[in-house]
Formats: sequence, C-alpha cells, structure tokens
Amino acid sequence: MINFVIQSTFIMNNKHQDDIEHIRSMMERSSRFISLSGMSGVIAGIVALIAALFSYYLIKNNGGAYFGNKPVNLPASLLTKLIVTCVATLLIAIFFGVYFTIQKSKRNHQKIWNSLSKRLVVNLFIPLVAGGIFCIALFYQGHLGLIAPVMLIFYGLALMNASKYTFNDVEYLGYCELILGLISLFLVGYGLIFWAIGFGVLHIVYGIMMQKKYH
Amino acid sequence: MNLFQSLNKEFESRIRLGIMSILMVNEWVEFKEMKETLDITDGNLASHIAALEKNDYIEVKKEFVGKKPKTSYRATKTGRKAFNLHLNALEKLINRK
Repeated sequence: MINFVIQSTFIMNNKHQDDIEHIRSMMERSSRFISLSGMSGVIAGIVALIAALFSYYLIKNNGGAYFGNKPVNLPASLLTKLIVTCVATLLIAIFFGVYFTIQKSKRNHQKIWNSLSKRLVVNLFIPLVAGGIFCIALFYQGHLGLIAPVMLIFYGLALMNASKYTFNDVEYLGYCELILGLISLFLVGYGLIFWAIGFGVLHIVYGIMMQKKYH
Repeated sequence: MNLFQSLNKEFESRIRLGIMSILMVNEWVEFKEMKETLDITDGNLASHIAALEKNDYIEVKKEFVGKKPKTSYRATKTGRKAFNLHLNALEKLINRK
C-alpha cells in the first residue's frame, strides 16, 4: 500500500514536472524566435573576414596606406570597388543567414515567417537602417574613417534591440559589437581591423557557441 | 487545504495549459498562430478555446482584415489569476519533500 502511494506520488510529480516544462516551452516558443542558426553566424564571419582581407589588398594595391591616423584620399575607382565589395558581402551573408535559418526552423517545426520573426526583423532593422543612413552621410561628408566604428555601434544596438525576440545570447553579442565600435571611434584609421574583429571573429565565435549550446 | 485541491481542473489538459501559457506572454494572439505554435488541428483548438471562454479565462475579438475574418484571443484578469494560482500549486507540489 505504502509502495503504491509512493509510486503514484512519484508519477504525479513527474506529470507536474512535465506540465511546468510544457508551460515553459510554450511561453518560449510563442515569444521568441528560436530558429536562428549558429551556422549563419559562422558563415557571415568567414565572409566578413574574406571581404576585409580583400578590401585591404584592394587599398594596398592601389597605393593607399590603409593604416594610420592620416586622412586618406581614395581614388573614385577604388571607392566603387570597395562599395561593391561591401554590398556583395552583405548579400552573401544575408543569403546564408536566411538559408540556415530556414533549415533550422524546419527542424524546430517553427514557421520561418511568423509574427515573431517579423517582430525580430523590424526591431533589428530600425537601428540598422538608421545606422546605414548615418554611414552614407559620413561617406558624403568625407569622414571615411568613422564609417567602420559607426557600423559596429549601430549593429550592436540593433542586436540588443532584437534580442528580446530571440536568444538572450544575441544581446551579449550586441554589447561586444558596441564596445568594439566605441573603442575604434578613438583609433580612426584602424577601422578595418576593428571591422574584421567585430563582423568576422565575433560572428564566428558567437556562431560556434550557439551551435554547441542549442544544436 | 490539500495541495492537490488547489490545482485547477480546467488546466488539466495540456492544450489548455499551452493556450494559457501563450496568452500569458502575448497580448492578442490569432487563431492560426495559436494553432501553429501548439501544433494541433482547428477543431481541437476550437473546443478547448470554447471551454476556456466559458470560464471567462480568455476573451475573443473578431474583426475583418479586408474580407478575411480574423479571430484573436487574450487572457482575462480572471484567467491570469487562475493560471498563476495553478502554476504556484504545481511548483509547491514539485518542491514539497
């Protein structure tokens, strides 16, 4: 008899534990987009590193010395090449990001385009678009050295803003990008290095961590 | 009072538990979205929603977006209170020893 009571209490306890688990998972599934893939971070990082290296050689081969605190005058043809590199990097990174996220959302049985991912994208893009316009303005005003720091700062803020709707880890990545950007504000001329660390190395580290933690 | 008595019978079903969990962390949630999150059929969800509505735990809003009807749900004050009590009872049951 006692045995029976203990056993049924045990089973009930398990049921309650499962109930709590279920509540937690439903709250999580309905309020956070959990299909962001770590792999997209890794790929974005690698693409960014290649782009940084490519830009470095572009500048070097055109006789420009990238590093240093002097204001540089870049020829128009070089600027065009750099802008093309920039846009191509962005497109490739977004493409792989979306691709891996679709894969993961299939595994999670979470719709890729639901109210959560919409909220995530909107919250990510508001600071990001503002930052983009800011960078274009800097470009027109000739403050080329400030573009990399500003990109890092706004990207960090965008991540922090979007993290409410996905993994908390995204917020920490945001802090790292923000701090890196703020430091590089005072080391104008070394923007490319900071840019490579922020968009390259940090993304790869973050991607591997996410892959280990949630895969 | 017996701890088991403080558990709410209305929340015995996993689906009702799921519906309330979703509505605790979201304002208005649409029928279709709810269905996808819970991964259940229309009929199944509708019957559980009707039960919760009868208890005044959730409220319903029907509107038209273009020509399509859209039904959304929100937890009422009563519903939130009942769910919190249930959650507390569950926690106590697990932690007592």
